[in-house]
Amino acid sequence: MKKTAIALTLFFASFAALAEDYEIDTKGAHAFIQFKISHLGYSWLYGRFNTFDGAFSYDEKNPAAAKVTVNIDPASIDSNHAERDKHLRGEDFLNVDKYPQAKFVSTSFKELGNDKAELVGDLTLHGVTKPITIAVEHTGHGKDPWGGYRRGFAGTTKFALKDYGIDYDLGPASQEVELTLSVEGIRK
Amino acid sequence: MSLRNNEQRWGLIAVSIHWITAIVVIGMFSLGLWMVELTYYDQWYRQAPFIHKSIGVLLFLLTVARLLWRSLNPKPIELEEHTPIERRAAHIVQTLIYLLLFSIMISGYLISTADGRSVDVFNWFSIPATLHDFEQQEDIAGLIHLVLAISLITLVTLHAAAALKHHFIDRDRTLLRMFGK
Repeated sequence: MKKTAIALTLFFASFAALAEDYEIDTKGAHAFIQFKISHLGYSWLYGRFNTFDGAFSYDEKNPAAAKVTVNIDPASIDSNHAERDKHLRGEDFLNVDKYPQAKFVSTSFKELGNDKAELVGDLTLHGVTKPITIAVEHTGHGKDPWGGYRRGFAGTTKFALKDYGIDYDLGPASQEVELTLSVEGIRK
Repeated sequence: MSLRNNEQRWGLIAVSIHWITAIVVIGMFSLGLWMVELTYYDQWYRQAPFIHKSIGVLLFLLTVARLLWRSLNPKPIELEEHTPIERRAAHIVQTLIYLLLFSIMISGYLISTADGRSVDVFNWFSIPATLHDFEQQEDIAGLIHLVLAISLITLVTLHAAAALKHHFIDRDRTLLRMFGK
């Protein structure tokens, strides 16, 4: 009896010690990369990137080892207005012909308690790669109804468009864009 | 000058539409190139594309009316001085100009309606979207719109140069006929 219990404990412990790898559920669209930027200082303009993929690993026993990689197709920008999207893809903004890839690769992860964490990584956008800090919230995890296991995070960050070499003047209130990555991963 | 064409001369309607089209095409080309470079705080940033689209739709209607009018009127006979090669070249260039005009107007319409929005024509009426939501529609239509516009202006330059050559070098009535003479 005791032996079985020890064996079971060891079995589960070894299971938990494995880094848990998750694939971001872009197929089922339970992942979103949204942005918002002020319009003239009067209202928020929201948009998103429709095409991206990524993966993360997260182990509750060793959260500091967590890693995230997200690849974004900047041409998939969608602000619900074709003419604006065309402009955003053009040379004034993302210049997607010249810079067809954007990505985020994490470099460190730190739990802050209370389901909050800090994720640092390199964001590549418009051909510029710069470190950026993302404020992360654990949004939940557990079994899904179809036999899988899922884990979600929501991260927000803010950066100046100029930092990424985008200097089209949208006015003093619209220098910075806020980016939200809300992702659900399915454990591999 | 009569409104209708006859065997010798172009009528007032055909002549007017020709020159209105010439002015509008050159104006729209300049307006188009200028408006895409405007900065966000420019007071023309919203107004210039609005005017460009409105005039584009009106030019489309005018060009359809023009072809209809052309089919209902006799065509003045070709000038004797024109050689068969000149006639053929002129005919090809003129046909291409019509084809480019329509392709440019349709591609422009496909940019603005790519997400299903309609095109407003000076707040008088609007043209609903028909083909929309194709992958990258606004980008593809935009590229076609620009390339064809440059092609049109190139052909128009050729067309105008040929007319001036007839007027000043050959000293025939080709250009004068376009004023109904």
